[in-house]
Amino acid sequence: MAESARVLDDQFIPVAGMPAIPLRDFAPWAALGLLLALIFLYFVSTEQGAVSLFKGTSVHEFVHDGRHLLGFPCH
Amino acid sequence: MTKDLLWRGMLAGILAALFATLFARVYAEPQVDRAIAFEAAHEAHAMGRPEEEPPVSRAVQKSIGLATAAVLYGAAIGGIFSLVFAYCYGRIGRLGPRSLAMLIALLGFLIIAVVPALKYPPNPPAVGQADTIQMRTGAYFMMIAISLTALLLAGQVRAMTIRAWGGFNALVVSAIAFIVVVAVAQSSLPAINEVPGDFPATVLWKFRVASIGMQLILWTVIGLAFGWMAEKRLRQANAPR
Repeated sequence: MAESARVLDDQFIPVAGMPAIPLRDFAPWAALGLLLALIFLYFVSTEQGAVSLFKGTSVHEFVHDGRHLLGFPCH
Repeated sequence: MTKDLLWRGMLAGILAALFATLFARVYAEPQVDRAIAFEAAHEAHAMGRPEEEPPVSRAVQKSIGLATAAVLYGAAIGGIFSLVFAYCYGRIGRLGPRSLAMLIALLGFLIIAVVPALKYPPNPPAVGQADTIQMRTGAYFMMIAISLTALLLAGQVRAMTIRAWGGFNALVVSAIAFIVVVAVAQSSLPAINEVPGDFPATVLWKFRVASIGMQLILWTVIGLAFGWMAEKRLRQANAPR
């Protein structure tokens, strides 16, 4: 580990004196970040495909090329 | 600290998405256009009438539509990336921030993009039947979930064997465990083959290579940009006031 840190010129930096980020700092932001991410991913991957919250096909058609290219089943 | 890392992760994801969009515009969009031309020729032949006007034009789909989808995806992946980093930093060995970011990027690319694509490769328009979309979407997400679970399992195997067998052997054994879990899952999930018999093979190949290339660019730029930003933030937190 020390050797690779030296070779890559990338030392471990303690988090404001602590060995890792405390869980009470991590948990609330993890919840918010995951929620946001899941909403974004849902609209890119699934809305008006396998599941529809809104009627029509305009969301599907708008993200159409991205949905195909990012590997999701599109239609 | 987590808050600052989360915003930086989403920012890195958006930046990566812009690079991925440029790449896709040049290398992937010609294949999408060819696939749509194939689809249109078949439909015109089958129904004998021109296609009706779609709700979103091709010009919008391949520019602002593609960029929007990529930026939403990039922001989501970047956000989750930064949370994985925030949890793992200092908890899995004492890797430096840039090395840890690149390690997460490499594993993320393998777990989210490569392993699921080996079973269910990305498909251009004209490939896939509308009435199986539910089943295909379910099977694809199941494949991603299994791929992630296999990684966590491999991590456990490594942690359990590292004392007795040493670092190298523990890594080999955990990699074998990962491959076995993925292989069993891939052979038991339903097979999906809906490529029309006369669909041009070169278009399919180029589309899939471009799709994997887009993912590679996305994960690489997130890893590099986030690692750089995270290191700066950590140094700042340690600086004497």
